[in-house]
Amino acid sequence: MSGFLGLLARDLRLALRRRADASLAVLFFVLAAAMFPFGVGPEPNLLARMAPGVIWVTALLAVLLSLERLFLADYEDGSLELMVLAPQPLEMTVLAKALAHWLTTGLPLIAAAPILALLYNMDPAGLPMLILAMALGTPSLSLIGAVGAALTLGARRGGVLIPLLVLPLNIPVLIFGVAALDAALAGLNPMPHIMFLGALFLGSLVLAPVAGAAALRQAME
Amino acid sequence: MSMFQGHELTCIRGQRRVFAGLDFTVPAGGALILLGPNGSGKSSLLRLMAGLGRPAAGQLSWAGTPIAEDPEAHRVRLRYAGHLDCVKAVLSVRENLSFWAGQYGAAEAEAVNRGLKAFALESLADMPGQILSAGQKHRLALARLAASPGELWLLDEPTVGLDSAAQLRLTAAIAAHRETGGCVVAATHTPLDLPGAQSVNLSPYAEAARAAEARESAEPAW
Amino acid sequence: MHRFANPGRFLRIANAVLPWIAVLAAVLIGAGLYLALFVSPADYQQGDSVRIMYVHVPSAWMAMFIYTVIAAASASSLIWRHPLADLVAKASSPIGACFTFLALATGSLWGKPMWGAWWVWDARLTSVLVLFFLYLGHMALMGAFDNAARGARAAAILALVGFVNVPIIKFSVEWWSTLHQPSSVLRLDGPSIHPSMLWPLLAMGLGFKLYYLALMLVRVKSELIAARVSARASAAAEAAA
Repeated sequence: MSGFLGLLARDLRLALRRRADASLAVLFFVLAAAMFPFGVGPEPNLLARMAPGVIWVTALLAVLLSLERLFLADYEDGSLELMVLAPQPLEMTVLAKALAHWLTTGLPLIAAAPILALLYNMDPAGLPMLILAMALGTPSLSLIGAVGAALTLGARRGGVLIPLLVLPLNIPVLIFGVAALDAALAGLNPMPHIMFLGALFLGSLVLAPVAGAAALRQAME
Repeated sequence: MSMFQGHELTCIRGQRRVFAGLDFTVPAGGALILLGPNGSGKSSLLRLMAGLGRPAAGQLSWAGTPIAEDPEAHRVRLRYAGHLDCVKAVLSVRENLSFWAGQYGAAEAEAVNRGLKAFALESLADMPGQILSAGQKHRLALARLAASPGELWLLDEPTVGLDSAAQLRLTAAIAAHRETGGCVVAATHTPLDLPGAQSVNLSPYAEAARAAEARESAEPAW
Repeated sequence: MHRFANPGRFLRIANAVLPWIAVLAAVLIGAGLYLALFVSPADYQQGDSVRIMYVHVPSAWMAMFIYTVIAAASASSLIWRHPLADLVAKASSPIGACFTFLALATGSLWGKPMWGAWWVWDARLTSVLVLFFLYLGHMALMGAFDNAARGARAAAILALVGFVNVPIIKFSVEWWSTLHQPSSVLRLDGPSIHPSMLWPLLAMGLGFKLYYLALMLVRVKSELIAARVSARASAAAEAAA
């Protein structure tokens, strides 16, 4: 456990010392979402209808953007080799890295999402559900993304490969994340969707560290 | 009594056999020096010993128990220093070292100070990693070994970039490690002053692998 | 190729069965097409366009079947390190992608007269589209490494992750589609099917499977031969040096 916390603390400290890098994903999130009105026009009702989908899709893309560096920096300077050889189970290492990624990427996205909802004229009554759905959904994105990042270590053009691998796997999170928000906005019961988001999170919490650790091990051979 | 032992090891890298039929033994408190020209498989052998990859044939064992049976125990006893120094530019020397000491089960400040002292890094302790020279980074990498004790040290070219004072510190650290019964395996081109060390030249094993490949391609089995 | 695995036995078996499989595949696909195009009746609603089904449905079966084969081969590659398993996965992936594309293209052609649009975000079509993406990711990852063995191992892990995800994705796409679509969309296939339509469908299905098997064996064979050629070339280069 001390290895897990030590790794988490180090990754957070690294992110804190390179704040500019960490804030890029949020900046991209806001900017990309701000492009849509220029594409479809400023009609308030249309934007309000699009809000859940646009927020989720751009959040998905923003998470992707930051995934490449998740293991790559440690891979390049040899740290990953030592982590694979450390006494701590590699699954815990993957989990700590994914948690650090979520804290530095997912959490800021959740904080920025209500601002986008406002820009999109979304009904403020949906804000709690937006935050709840993102809080349940973005950890899955970090976990699934960690597997993709681990698989592409050492590949040519890893940065382009990751979206190709990870986007199809993220479709369920996207579907239930948007559905929960849509249901809340329409005055329907969002709980089934929230339950599925939770199930996806728990499933990826169990499976992603195993798959990620297997991917890291084979990358070291 | 031999602690760390390899029997009939064959290593395949890419699709080529690097060496074949290699045996070695390291007694408790012993040292083994791997010799051989570039490409003879010194680093590959160290990586096999560390458990980064499995031997294509043969077996590694510790105190008579095959390592493949209990890889976790092997990771607990293992300290590996490869070609890369794992130094983060934005963390201070102390932060870098204390992170790795923590990952290897020695999180307390005392252990970190021990590591810093062993490689004369105290005066640099609060400097960020980015201002270190190549030799200083390498000393920081070696300081990990002194900070968190482990029974087996695997060192890949440990003297690269070290000045003569640092080389003396390295041999002193290795001697102290061996006194407590630890084993050391080092691959090196420069002579390393390790009293009583055995050495293995990998060239004949690499040649054996090459000969076996030539035989096979001359008379393919299919 | 792993030097310690002797592929001789595989090659002997493959060479012995390949002609039979190929001929049988040609006969079945020929018979299936004849039955489908000339013997089976036109649909009372869809007319002759229903005949697309005889290519579309077996292709969709193959898309799923080959992904399962890849997942099984990947598992045996990761667990037992069987050297042929990687080659089977590598050989199968592009064939599976082609069948998936065929299913999508024929679905689109069928959709035009039925739905009045080339593409409809119908749950089935969408799931097949996602499967197509999974195939593309698998192929891209396989080819993205300079060291082919690393590409094979990474792709094997991805295939297993994808295989676990396929039912989840399929379920969520169905859920999504019922949320967004009125259920008035005409289903592509009825619950029961007349024997005059079933026989050509089964013949095509089996024919496609054998065709895949033949193609896969040829591709594995050529991979083995390529590995042998490169091994000889490097041995010759070394002997010259």
